[in-house]
Amino acid sequence: MPTHDLNVTAVRALNEALHRLPPDTNETFWQIENPQGKHAIGVGIDAPVDVEINGHVGYYCGGMNKQARLRIHGNAGTGVAENMMSGLVHVMGDASQSAGATGCGGLLIIDGDAAARCGISMKGIDIVVKGSVGHLSAFMGQAGNLVVLGDAGEALGDSIYEARLFIRGKVESLGADCIEKPLEDPHKAELARVLAAAGLNGAIDPGSFRCYGSARKLYHFHIDNVGSY
Amino acid sequence: MCGIVGLFLKNKSLEPALGDMLSHMLVTMTARGPDSAGVAIYGAADDDRVKLTLRKADGTSVDDLQNELVAAAGSAVDISIRSTHIVLSVARPRAALLMRWLSAQKGRLQLVSVGETMEIYKEVGLPEQVVRKFGLSGMSGTHGIGHTRMATESAVTTNGAHPFSTGEDQCLVHNGSLSNHNAVRRSLQHEGMAFSTDNDSEVAAGYLTWRMSQGASLRDSLSSSLSDLDGFFTFVVGTRKGFAVLRDPIACKPAVMAESDDYVAFGSEYRALSVLPNIEKARVFEPEPATVYAWERP
Repeated sequence: MPTHDLNVTAVRALNEALHRLPPDTNETFWQIENPQGKHAIGVGIDAPVDVEINGHVGYYCGGMNKQARLRIHGNAGTGVAENMMSGLVHVMGDASQSAGATGCGGLLIIDGDAAARCGISMKGIDIVVKGSVGHLSAFMGQAGNLVVLGDAGEALGDSIYEARLFIRGKVESLGADCIEKPLEDPHKAELARVLAAAGLNGAIDPGSFRCYGSARKLYHFHIDNVGSY
Repeated sequence: MCGIVGLFLKNKSLEPALGDMLSHMLVTMTARGPDSAGVAIYGAADDDRVKLTLRKADGTSVDDLQNELVAAAGSAVDISIRSTHIVLSVARPRAALLMRWLSAQKGRLQLVSVGETMEIYKEVGLPEQVVRKFGLSGMSGTHGIGHTRMATESAVTTNGAHPFSTGEDQCLVHNGSLSNHNAVRRSLQHEGMAFSTDNDSEVAAGYLTWRMSQGASLRDSLSSSLSDLDGFFTFVVGTRKGFAVLRDPIACKPAVMAESDDYVAFGSEYRALSVLPNIEKARVFEPEPATVYAWERP
């Protein structure tokens, strides 16, 4: 069970050790102490390992993650799990802006709030925020599910393509080309799957959410939409 | 970029360590602003006396200046010298005389700040060099604000370094850039305000000074800046008894705060807060956009 104290080990050395792991590694449980807001912790892992990070992390923690399951026992700075491909990043505290940005797959769970631009340009990632999200969340979202148990800030889903947004609380305002859609059975089934993956199986009724998505009017330039760009 | 740190102490027993804590916070923000650094420290007040912080120009001898300052201010002046900065403590009537004398010394001596408790130190260089040069870690006080600068809007000069002070015991640091600062500067000049640089952040400081001179509170001044100042900003502002934070409505620039029974702390990144005592027990949160956060000492 490798333990790394980031007061002693440099982040680069830690990440290099994680990158060297073979697919059949027996070193499957990693403990990281004293992250102290350092940036780029656990970026680019491609191995089925568990990583426990005990404290607050800085920018881009768990970025580009494949397969690994990272649990952050604290808050996360800008761009946590950005461009995640698969696996899990679980933030036990709050996340700063651009959480899960451009994520292609995997699951990002945030127990607290996420700040502005959560899920910006998401491309297939599932994001579950147990608190609220800030303004411009899911901006230009292309695929995946953003599930918010609390509220959403201004301009939710601005210029959205095909991501699905499930919000249980209040939405401050919708961005350009984002509309509310009826919550139909296939949506509820998908939402139940994501909630279950986030450990909320049965705890929350999928029917208590409202569903938002693209009106598909900004896909191609049309002169009548010029005011919306 | 640019890095901001701020610390407002609630627990009196931490006051002797204010400078030391701010030094550590500033140095962690070196990567965000390696070209210059500055700090405003709110220390002890001396009855009826005012502190003028001056910066001497390169090549000017401190010994010569000291003699001239005593001649200009009279023997009742206390002079303390920290590297390129000279702090004069004088009785209030004397301060006005001294300021008139100083205005004739441009090129040799620059007035950095005026205040009953506030002193400002700023210089070009890496934050670690700047804090060492001024002996920041040995300073005590109730609250302080620091800045590490990566210049974007104007030159890398000491005058362009933060904090900016445009009123007694008032200072502001800024991460971002304002887009309407020239227009705001002109309208404030019509109101009689003077500016010593072409820097956008000095305009923000001047705007708040102007609002407060009209009787607005620090909180209300910052609230109205949301409609009068255009651009990207995270501001941290100090007054004699107050400490406040404001981010623009888009939250363009990073900010994280911590509050406990001992202190309120601000950092551009959590790394700056990680050096504080018992930070693990503080409530750490990201300030909301377009929301004024203000604390005032009784």
